Amino acid sequence: MSLRNIGTVYRKEMIDSLRDRRTLISMVVIPVLLMPLMTIGIGAVSLRLLRRAQKETPRVMILGGSNSPRVLRSLAGLPAMQFAPASRDYERQISNKELRAAVRIPDGFDHAIEKGEPARVDILYYEGEIMSEIAAGRLESFFKDLRQRTVEERLTARNLSANLIRPFEVARENVAPAAKAGAAAFAGLIPYLVILLCLTGAMYPAMDLTAGEKERGTMETILTSPVSRTHLVLGKFLTVLTASIATAALAVASMGISARYAKYLLGDVPPEATAQFHMVIDPKAVAAVFAMVLPIAVLFSAVLLAISVFAKSYKEAQSYISPLMIVVILPAVASILPGVELNMRLALIPILNTSLVSKEIVSGTYHWNYIALIFGSSCFYAALALFAAVELFQREDVLFRS
Amino acid sequence: MIEARQLTKTFRDKKRGEIRAVDGVSFRCSPGRIYGLLGANGAGKTTTLRMLATLIEPTSGTAVVAGYDVVREPEKVRCSVGFLSTATALYARLSALEMVQYFGRLYGLSEETLRRRIDEIFARLEMNEFRDRRCDRLSTGMKQKTSIARTLVHDPPVMIFDEPTSGLDVMTSRTIIAFIRECRERGKTVIFSTHVMSEAEKLCDHIAIIHGGRLLEEGTVADLRARHGPGDLEDIFVRVVDGLGGPGVAVSRSAESGSADRGPAENQS
Repeated sequence: MSLRNIGTVYRKEMIDSLRDRRTLISMVVIPVLLMPLMTIGIGAVSLRLLRRAQKETPRVMILGGSNSPRVLRSLAGLPAMQFAPASRDYERQISNKELRAAVRIPDGFDHAIEKGEPARVDILYYEGEIMSEIAAGRLESFFKDLRQRTVEERLTARNLSANLIRPFEVARENVAPAAKAGAAAFAGLIPYLVILLCLTGAMYPAMDLTAGEKERGTMETILTSPVSRTHLVLGKFLTVLTASIATAALAVASMGISARYAKYLLGDVPPEATAQFHMVIDPKAVAAVFAMVLPIAVLFSAVLLAISVFAKSYKEAQSYISPLMIVVILPAVASILPGVELNMRLALIPILNTSLVSKEIVSGTYHWNYIALIFGSSCFYAALALFAAVELFQREDVLFRS
Repeated sequence: MIEARQLTKTFRDKKRGEIRAVDGVSFRCSPGRIYGLLGANGAGKTTTLRMLATLIEPTSGTAVVAGYDVVREPEKVRCSVGFLSTATALYARLSALEMVQYFGRLYGLSEETLRRRIDEIFARLEMNEFRDRRCDRLSTGMKQKTSIARTLVHDPPVMIFDEPTSGLDVMTSRTIIAFIRECRERGKTVIFSTHVMSEAEKLCDHIAIIHGGRLLEEGTVADLRARHGPGDLEDIFVRVVDGLGGPGVAVSRSAESGSADRGPAENQS
């Protein structure tokens, strides 16, 4: 009887929710349209920026150096570099992006190099601005080469080997397969989106099935039936949970499909960017992320139900739930910040823990002790929230609050 | 059969403190009779009926409905009761048929019994024309018929009507009144609340006047007339309530006037 009643409530609520336009938009339309838009759209924009940055001949300015013709000549020989006449307002020009970078050469630079006296070259640029970083990088490598050549010349003049100051070489080499390196960049985003969509997918049905029912007067109707309040809330909870998981699943599926076809739509990807644009994710990892997110979906569904049943109307429920969005977004966003690494303390913070461990799972790292701890703690929080929702449904001052 | 024994309900209100919405109310309704609860808005009618339907629990006292105790066996009570009020709305996105099926299943009817009951009720109430139409696209009359079908699907021995005609037009009200009479003819125990005197006078076999949460007077219209002098029910009602020395109360002859008696149950913060 009890399971039958929960099933009856669930079936009715599913039919009812699937006929609700707001629920349908949040559950189906947003994830299915948003994900391709994000993967392809963001990919296309960043690729365009990268290509433009590579094609552009940066405009740079040389400040000083009038009595150092040798270095000026070498600089003028730099390929793909355009030189602007020296001007006092170089800082303004860099800030306005009219100029990408400037290099300040001290008086008597050539002479100082010849005599072996100390000298200093300053490169002025716009930090964080990609074109400026590229131009500054080229200038810096020019002067580093010059320094290296100067050292070697000085050593040769003294009949010493160049190896004297460079006893060994240091080189970096990426051994992670392209898929993994790409996934690492992509990884932070997936759990964050899955968690966020679990929340948005659950929001509308939760409000509709509780505060919405109160507002429309159907709450009193259903309470006259013999279904127990526990069974009623469990049937509603399962509906909200289904919507939550379906939203996230549809989003991931649509993301997977759009990532697969992204390369056809984006065209040729420059070799240095292949890692960032290699958006293939291991289906096993996605399944694992889903398993980890399941208790979070339960937590969201139960919390949203509890909050919404307390509200008298749809509008009131919305005003309670909007701040909750921020509470959820903050830890989820924190997980994509660089340097936030999983530890025992963070493993107990709901949402943030799942977000962090899922990020590792997607990039191929499985810390089983953390996975167990996080899954366990998430289940505990989810059970608490469900218990609270069931308890609230027993209270007539909540159900008949108006 | 309904037997209320010292039913009491108190609520806490932030501003007004403790409110006794219903105060030691006792009465008895028999099968095949219509028992009318007559009172002004806020008198405690809705709270009393909600306790009988087990929507809310009494603070003290109890009631036995169709042989079951409202405090100890609320689910069995709900299986034996059909509850109709203007506050019991329909699911807008379900069809009339789906609405009645949903409740039939929750009442534990088998699919076969449910089908038979629905065929019978839909034919009797002439609902087949709109059975597959969504409830939000039904006229007021069609909605009321669907609500009636919802309360009847499990063929309950007890019917509770809380101001069922409040806010309805004359034609729809007549459908409801006819339905209440039919329930009596079928031998059901009927309890009915209203603040419309003419309606109570026409319909009820037994009347209870409730005011300030207390049951002040009870009996047939003839009994009440014998005890409180001649005149129509409205005159008697005013005399009973004035005799209490309480404030003047608003009563109405018209079915369209006034809002449903929500009582303090819904005034909590």
